[in-house]
Amino acid sequence: MSELSRREFLGTTAAGIVGSSAIPAPDVVANQSPPAPVSAPRTAIRLIVNGRERDVEVEDRWTLAEMLRDHLQLTGTKVGCDRGECGACTVLLDGAPIYSCSYLAVWAASRSVETVEGLAAGAQLHPVQQAFIDHDAPQGGFCTSGQLMSAKALLAATPRPTADQARAALTGNLCRCSNYNHYVEAVVAAGASSSIVPESGRGDGQ
Amino acid sequence: MADTPREPYVGRAMKRVEDPRLLQGIATYVDDLRLTGTLHAAFVRSPYAHARITRISTAAAKAAPGVVGVFVASDVNQACGIVPCAADMPNLKNPQHRALADGRVYFVGHAVAVVIARDAYTARDAALLVDVDYEPLPVVTDPEAAIKPGSPLTHPDLGTNVAFEWSMSTGDDAELERLFKSADRVIRQRMVHQRLTPVAIEPRGCVASYHRGEQSLTLWTSTQIPHLVRTLLPGMIGVPENKIRIVTPEVGGGFGSKLNVYIEEALCSHLAMRLHAPVKWIETRRENMSATIHGRDQIGDYEVAVKNDGTLLAIKSRTIADIGSYPQLLTPAVPTLTGLMLTGCYKYKAMRMDVTGVYTNKMSTDAYRGAGRPEATYLIERMADIVANELRMDPIRFRQMNSPTSSDFPFATACGLSYDSGDYHAALAKARRLARWNELLDTRARARKDGKLFGVGVSTYVEICALGPSKAMSAGGWEWGCVRIEFSGKATVITGSTPHGQGQETSFAQIAADRLGLPIEDVVVLHGDTNVSHYGRDTYGSRATVLGGTAIVMCIDKILAKTRTLAAHLLEVKPGDLTFEGGRFSANGKSLGWEDLAPAAYVAKNIPPGFEPGLEASSFFEPENFTFPFGTHIAAVEIDRETGETRIVKYVAVDDCGPQINPLLVAGQVQGGIAHSIGQVLFERTVYDEQGQLITGELMDYPLPRAHDIPEYVLGSTVTPSPSNPMGIKGVGEAGTIGATPTIANAVMDALYPLGVRHLDLPLTPEKIWRAIHLGEDDRGGARIPEADRSAPRYTTADVGEGALEVGNV
Repeated sequence: MSELSRREFLGTTAAGIVGSSAIPAPDVVANQSPPAPVSAPRTAIRLIVNGRERDVEVEDRWTLAEMLRDHLQLTGTKVGCDRGECGACTVLLDGAPIYSCSYLAVWAASRSVETVEGLAAGAQLHPVQQAFIDHDAPQGGFCTSGQLMSAKALLAATPRPTADQARAALTGNLCRCSNYNHYVEAVVAAGASSSIVPESGRGDGQ
Repeated sequence: MADTPREPYVGRAMKRVEDPRLLQGIATYVDDLRLTGTLHAAFVRSPYAHARITRISTAAAKAAPGVVGVFVASDVNQACGIVPCAADMPNLKNPQHRALADGRVYFVGHAVAVVIARDAYTARDAALLVDVDYEPLPVVTDPEAAIKPGSPLTHPDLGTNVAFEWSMSTGDDAELERLFKSADRVIRQRMVHQRLTPVAIEPRGCVASYHRGEQSLTLWTSTQIPHLVRTLLPGMIGVPENKIRIVTPEVGGGFGSKLNVYIEEALCSHLAMRLHAPVKWIETRRENMSATIHGRDQIGDYEVAVKNDGTLLAIKSRTIADIGSYPQLLTPAVPTLTGLMLTGCYKYKAMRMDVTGVYTNKMSTDAYRGAGRPEATYLIERMADIVANELRMDPIRFRQMNSPTSSDFPFATACGLSYDSGDYHAALAKARRLARWNELLDTRARARKDGKLFGVGVSTYVEICALGPSKAMSAGGWEWGCVRIEFSGKATVITGSTPHGQGQETSFAQIAADRLGLPIEDVVVLHGDTNVSHYGRDTYGSRATVLGGTAIVMCIDKILAKTRTLAAHLLEVKPGDLTFEGGRFSANGKSLGWEDLAPAAYVAKNIPPGFEPGLEASSFFEPENFTFPFGTHIAAVEIDRETGETRIVKYVAVDDCGPQINPLLVAGQVQGGIAHSIGQVLFERTVYDEQGQLITGELMDYPLPRAHDIPEYVLGSTVTPSPSNPMGIKGVGEAGTIGATPTIANAVMDALYPLGVRHLDLPLTPEKIWRAIHLGEDDRGGARIPEADRSAPRYTTADVGEGALEVGNV
């Protein structure tokens, strides 16, 4: 399905709603049918998201996080700071963890992006997801997608990580509930379970 | 239904039912909501700490394509009311904070205008087009200078920077003075409890939607307190309480920062009604750091009267609380909790605390994890070490001789509270055993011989939880719950204690499943939507499990009593002849389970006379007293002499929160709390410069603990039930933060003891420690430990037997 222009979509609905106001405030009267917002330049890109080819016409200023959340409805990726400080938005780009809030969507053209939604194979949780449950890793859960993606990247490169390696891999992902030790235990346990295989052997999200 | 009795769910480390949705990215937080036609809000905020607004030009912003409206104070303030302060502080001078700054801004981040546009990009772009002229005014940033004559004023209309003055004492000030006069020594120390930023990783956010036909408002908001918002918002925006629905979807952490009613919630609600479209606002990280609430920020001068044998006689505290520029929901109440808990684990005779709340041109302070209790525990447990040092006593011995024993409970404190139950000596002994205390002291001795800076620290603590009896709370301290056995025999449990990461969907299901004899899979816990959970007093002050859990127990007991009459009727026996076990009522070899009884109660054709159809009960639990969890934490640290960096090499926590519903969740709460303390002790400090600019407005400037900063913990517990509720539970959400801050600080100060350093204020950053080591700089030129004492042994190995060694989570 081709990407519907969000601005056109919003333009129609918002104008309709504002136009139908029975008792609009004075501020709104002047703008009864506000023209659609000016679009920024757009670029058509093709990329792989969770194993599936997607064609998206992105505004050049969209971040990868925004494209995923607002235009591909993949809201599992969270935005905690929008400036590459907290790690909640971590996704994998060609297998490497990146902060998707600080990476433009257009740069992801022809590349492969993995998000938290691609971890489980249908109803079968990824071993690191199961380990997170077993070790009571999440509390508030907002940072968890990013923790999972950093963990996945580590396990792909280092299938049997030590606790120190797990700590180092998760250190770019802030967790204010601070269940860090449970996260580390979970990652080590996921590595110890035999079901982790090197990245090339998995077909995530297929 | 299982025929063989199963092990109770309560007490087991059950995995969280919340986790699968969180781990698959399919949980819904506020920012994940998508309502058709949503308009987006962006705020114009003051770059000045204090200024007069001389002109606001919104024309360019209004003309921007996609902008629906730009609103300033004169457009909305009348309709959005005053930010509520629920703290009971009779002499509070309140500057009446309103939705938008009206003619004057009084902190950096103060909202001046709100732009509403058809997408978030346009809203934020247009916010930059709002042109505001400011005429800077003198800025108040130092709370001690602020109360001196001639200081500039945060709120010129109030005529003073003093927001309130509050005192509490044991009662007889003459007795207090007599104790101070009769003391062998009076030991004084000034301590600064630095300002901290809560930083939930999920920022605040809300979506408001008004249904014109029903004339009802729905507000989805990331909050700890949906029910208090529903109680307080109607008075602000003029919608009847029974036409307002508050929904908290998933909430990604709060730590006190979401324990408030904020202007953005009122504004989005008002504008949704006015613009006939949903209005959404998602906080930026900078807004989160500069326009929510901060925590702590007290400066105290403390005096302790002791006898030379170590007997603690009395304490005096003069505290200045920098509360920022206006009161949020509980701002003035926070330092009063410090006063109430000044007793700590000690049986001294008299105290007095005088608090001056001071307005400054900064963001408000309010409850941040622990809220006043960490300050109390830190000051008394730091003082315990300072006093023990001065008396050349083992700090553990000092604590043992001054704490109540288990037979002293209920223990009447010098602060007028009645501690419910406790065994402080047992927790201390267990912590020493788990820490392998004597080995630690040997390690320290060897390290010192090698010229290393190695320290051990201990802190006992007691906290006040399950806030609280309504007589002590300004807006009701009860909690509400509802339990319904559905037609199918499955149970729906509804709680007013809305969790935001604590896991009550799991722990409340454990409680209910045990009491109803149902498999846990047949129990669903609902919360966080005021159309489902009609009443509640929400989640803060380590209250949810004690109060919310007990309300659930009360509901179930009502249902069991009612169902017994139905079962007796159907089985044609007397109610008293029935036994209830494993979810079945039985007598004379016949039995009925919920799958039989629930349909009978709803079909209602064969019911006893006077039996009200259905199986549902609701309850308000009103506690008689607070609960007082306690414990002992021990830390060992090593400091790098060259860099001043502290490494925690051992951390042991023994916490007593009464019987544990789910030890896995308890461990998570304790670990998180300790991490907050690691941040407070070693890195975190919210800094404003003398112009009132927030220097720590980003996570690059405000360091939170990361995975590699956290040591392995050894967690243990003792179990002393509280008599105040049927399950005997006490609460644990803030314990770690309360016990750990003085523990780590005491360990660092012990490491620096041979250098003569008596006290350093937090945070103990590498730079501060390096300066203390290499330049001899102490905070405020504090007295240094005399040369002769520096080699004296602190902490001895004698008085408590180590017992069998235990390791790991115990």
